[in-house]
Parts: sequence; structure tokens; C-alpha cells
Amino acid sequence: MFMDPTGRTNASEAGFHLARNGAGTLLVRLAGSWTIAEGIPSTAEIAREIESDPRIRRVIFDTENLQSWDSSLLTFLVKLLELCRGADVEAVRDGLPAGARRLITLATAVPEEKGARRAAGTETFLSRIGAGTIGILSGGTETLSFIGESFLAFLRLLRGKARFRRCDLTLLIQDCGAQALPIVSLISVLVGLILAFVGAIQLRLFGAQIYVADLVGIGMAREMGAMMTAIIMAGRTGAAFAAQLGTMQVNEEIDALRTLGISPIDFLVLPRMIALVLMLPLLCLYANLMGILGGAMVGVGMLDLSVVQYFNETRDAIRLTDFMAGLFKSGVFGILIALSGCLRGMQCGRSSSAVGLAATSAVVTGIVAIVVADAVLTVIYDLLGI
Amino acid sequence: MSGLDREVHIEVQDLTMAYGSFVIQRDLNFKVRRGDVFIIMGGSGCGKSTLLRHMVGLKEPARGKVYYEGVDFWSVEVKEREAMMRRFGILYQSGALWSSMTLAENIALPLEEYTDLSPSEVREVVSLKLSLVGLAGFEEFYPSEISGGMRKRAGLARAMALDPDILFFDEPSAGLDPISARRLDDLILELRESLGSTIVVVTHELASIFAIGTNSVFLDSETKTMIAGGDPRELLETSHDPKVRSFLTRDAPEERSD
Ligand SMILES: Nc1ncnc2c1ncn2[C@@H]1O[C@H](COP(=O)(O)OP(=O)(O)O)[C@@H](O)[C@H]1O
Ligand SMILES: [Mg+2]
Repeated sequence: MFMDPTGRTNASEAGFHLARNGAGTLLVRLAGSWTIAEGIPSTAEIAREIESDPRIRRVIFDTENLQSWDSSLLTFLVKLLELCRGADVEAVRDGLPAGARRLITLATAVPEEKGARRAAGTETFLSRIGAGTIGILSGGTETLSFIGESFLAFLRLLRGKARFRRCDLTLLIQDCGAQALPIVSLISVLVGLILAFVGAIQLRLFGAQIYVADLVGIGMAREMGAMMTAIIMAGRTGAAFAAQLGTMQVNEEIDALRTLGISPIDFLVLPRMIALVLMLPLLCLYANLMGILGGAMVGVGMLDLSVVQYFNETRDAIRLTDFMAGLFKSGVFGILIALSGCLRGMQCGRSSSAVGLAATSAVVTGIVAIVVADAVLTVIYDLLGI
Repeated sequence: MSGLDREVHIEVQDLTMAYGSFVIQRDLNFKVRRGDVFIIMGGSGCGKSTLLRHMVGLKEPARGKVYYEGVDFWSVEVKEREAMMRRFGILYQSGALWSSMTLAENIALPLEEYTDLSPSEVREVVSLKLSLVGLAGFEEFYPSEISGGMRKRAGLARAMALDPDILFFDEPSAGLDPISARRLDDLILELRESLGSTIVVVTHELASIFAIGTNSVFLDSETKTMIAGGDPRELLETSHDPKVRSFLTRDAPEERSD
């Protein structure tokens, strides 16, 4: 925030006046109380003055009316001194407060490290595209190698050679399973309710209310149960995985595992993957039932169907294959959520903000992967006639 | 044990370290003899921790070699390198205790992985290691429940779990009060005396450098290479390099040492 230094008469406000002290000397009278809360006056006026009058060879200061000062004065002065150096004008610091003089000496004592300063936000469009592309490519190879390593770890698990603590697995299973029940219940009842409601309005036009049961049953079993639990778990558990592994990365805990010759993939990723792959289909099954319950609420409450009618219609509508199709999907989603959470955690940088980013990007990656996989699986099911 | 003809335990040859194309240090050459307390010193950000990461197997050199007892650490098979790494004990800058496990479980993990001890034997060894670092009775505490100094000591206990040949310390006394720092120094010396381990310490604590160091390397961030090496006390007397001198005597009005 820049303030116009001129026209400032109130003595307590920061400002300065310019005056000539002989032909070659510019006198800067600093006045008022310079506090950072008030902003920093601009040096533009002085720059104009120096530029417009080439006779000026010296800048001197007068601080008689200066009441108090903090970093705002220092910032102003450092900028002014820089300006004077650029214009080859001598700045006489004698008139400045002694404390400010010493701090300026300190600030200019160590010359700026060459090459250390990075251009702030002035990348060209092309270089950003280039950097983005390189980022995507290297991110792609990293992702592939992570998936490969996880697969190898899975093979080791099958041969009974993977090493992780069984009690970690138990805790993770509890966290991915039982503790997710309340939220899964709530969401899937509501989803069933919504499905039934939307369907009911249309079907009632044809007097075909009873088919709401088919709609909800098949919709939940084949699609919505798996999808909704997966999205809930991506937000809940995928993010948690990324944050846990990211924090371990920041704390050098993962380094400590590596140097002990314990594979972090075996030790950390594998139990998380197993827990999710085991628990997600169970949650999905549970969500299916809750969704059908939600549908029944609408059917019984709004469409005057009896509970028995609704139950029989549902039972006739859903084949076992429909359930299996949904459960298989949710197993795949479980792998994807665990992979994306753990991948982002392992890629995490070494700062606390990186942990936040890892969690966010785990959720985004997870949801994108879920939706893409769902589309692919739906097409495959269709081709196979499932 | 002592004497100039002690065998070379670690040798670093022409090591260049880089993150991508950003070179941290180049052309590092030094030898660490068995039983040395080898100090890696230099200002903040000059690459001390990075050098340690290269020596313990966490980061591959951009160029150059690291030898342990003549074996080229980075060109052997992964399995063999892991076996070599098992002979290292490492105390990380932040302690790096696994936060979801108790102190006892932290120290027990390497023992369970690499020994055939029964659970009760493991418990006994864990208690012994904890009592060596003055933490007897803290077996069932989680890392978040103890102070920073205690975490460092617990990390040391874990580093010693497998009775390593070489102990690496990354800034062991950083963030500790002078008395705890001194106790840790004493502990390090004690370990060298009693276990005969070789010790590599990253530090910029002058008191520690002179108290425990027998050999050293000084990394400089401006020239991006080592500018001195040898016994720190001799270095103090013989070095004419102004940077080394001002670092070791701490009178550096024009240098920022932090
Ligand atoms: N993962 C990384 N990626 C890029 N640069 C890094 C990374 N880690 C450290 N560096 C840089 O390497 C230099 C040396 O870091 P470090 O070895 O931690 O220094 P110190 O001597 O303080 O232990 C620093 O300039 C730091 O910015
Ligand atoms: Mg460091």
C-alpha cells in the first residue's frame, strides 16, 4: 500500500517534505510517526526529483520532526539508498537516527547472494508449459514405479515374505471398517432416498410406482453403493493415509525404515492396501442394504407400497451378479484409493505445507481414479454382458 | 586400537552431490579410520546432512564413490548394500522415532527383523539399550509424550539396537540445552571406547567438535567443496584459511555463521 506523501500535514502521520539545501543538495525532511501499520510512503517523488534535476549530487536527511519509526522507515530508506546508488547520488546518512543507521549498515553488510534470488512469478508462458510437461512426465514415471513396487510387494505378501506389523493391520482394518460405518450409513440411506424420490416422480406418471424398488435396488447394487463408499473413503481414509505417510516423510521416519533395510512399501503401504481392499467391499455391501432401506422409506411413505411388496419386488429385481459386479468394483476402488493416498504420502516434500498438499492431492487423485475406473468397468461389464 | 596405521573404514572419493542439476558439493575426498570420531562441519545449508544421506545409502551420488572397508557401496547389489546398511546405526536430526510405536517397539523393530531373539529376550535388550541412554522405565511411552532431548536419546538407543559398526549422528546436540548436549557428547565418547565403533557426526557445535572429534572435513557452501580436513584441534592451530579459522574461533564479524 503506497501513500501519497504530499499534502500530509497531520504531524503524527508518516511523511516527508523535500527541500533544496543549495543547488546540488536535496534535503529530505522526515516527519511524523512511521509505523508499518500505516504503510510505507513511496519513494517515487524523490526519484522524480532526482531525475528531473541532474544537478542534485547529494541527499541529506533531517529528522527533527520524526516522532517514532520502525521497519517502514527502514524499508523506505533502503529503497531510497538503492535509488541514490543507481543515480550516482551520494546519500549522507548522518542525519538519520543512530539506530536506523546501524540497522541499514547491517542490512547492506552482506551483499545479496548471486543466483539465490528467484524470479517471483515472472515465468514466461512457454517455460511454464515446459515445466508443467516435465512435471507430468516425471510424475508419471514416479507413479508407474510406485505401482510396480506395490505390485512386487503384493507378490512378496503372497509368498509370505512381506514384513509388516500385524497389529498395524488390525488398527487399520478397524479404522477403514467399523469406524467408517456411521458416515457410510448416513450417506447411503440418503442416496437411496434420493434415487427413489427422483424415480418415483417419473414412474408415478405411468402408475408404475412398484418399479422404484427395481430402480433403487439395481442402482445401489451395481453402481451407487460402490461409488459412494469409495468417494467417502477417498476423502476420509485416502487423505489420512497421505497425511500419515507425509508426516513420516517430514520426520525422517521413512528414511529410518529404509536405512534399516525395511521396505516402506511393505511396512506402510501394504497393510493400508490390504485393509482397504478387505473393508471396502464389506462397506459397499452394507451401503447397498442401507440404500435399499432408504428407497423403501420413500416407497412405503410416499408411494403407498407395503413393506412386503417392496421387499419382494427388490428381491426379484436384483440378481446375484449385480451384487458381485458392485463388490468387484469396490475392491478395485479400494486398491486405487490406497494407492493414491500412499503415493501422495510417499511423494510428500519435507515441510508441513507439503503434508497438506499431499492430503489434498490424494483425494483428488483418488476420486479421479475412481470415476475413470468406474467408467472403464461399466464398459467392460457391458461388453461381457454382466 | 589407536595409532596412525589403523585401517581405513570409510573412504569417500571424488564425491559430487546434486539435487537434479543443482550441485550441493563437489569433489569431496576423505578417509575415516576405524575408531575415529569423524566430524562433518560447515555452516547451515552447506550440505552436511546431504553428505550423510550419501554415506548411509539414502541418496545415490551424482558422481564419485563411497567405500566401506574397500567395498564400493553404491555399485554392489541392492541386497548386499542393505546388508551393509544393517551395520550402520543412524541418529537422525529430528530423532525420527516411528511415532505410532512406543519407545520399546521402536527399538524392538530392528531386533525382531534381524535377530532370532525370543520376545522376552527382545524386551530385555530393549530395556538395556534404554537404560544405556538414561531412559530406563520409558518403554511404554510414545515419542510424542517425551521431550526433544529424550527423543534424541531414544533415537540413539534405536541406532544402537543392532550393535552397529558405524554410528552416524546428524546434529545430535541441536536443540538440546548445554547440559544435555554435554551428556550426549559423553555418551558418544563412551560408546566409541566401549564398543569400538566408528562414529560420524554432523555438527556445528564448537564445544562438541573439540571435545570429541579426532578427524574432520569442513564443507564450504560458497566454493561448494571441502576446504579443510583433519583433527579439529590441529586444524585450529595450523589452518590459515580465514573461513575455517573464523568458524573454529567463532569471531566472524563479516561472516554469517549460524
Ligand atoms: N530434497 C531436496 N531437494 C532440493 N534441494 C535440497 C533438498 N534437500 C536439501 N536441499 C538443498 O541442499 C542444501 C544442503 O542441505 P542440507 O544437506 O540439509 O544442509 P545442512 O548442511 O544444513 O545439513 C540446501 O541448500 C538445501 O536447500
Ligand atoms: Mg542438516
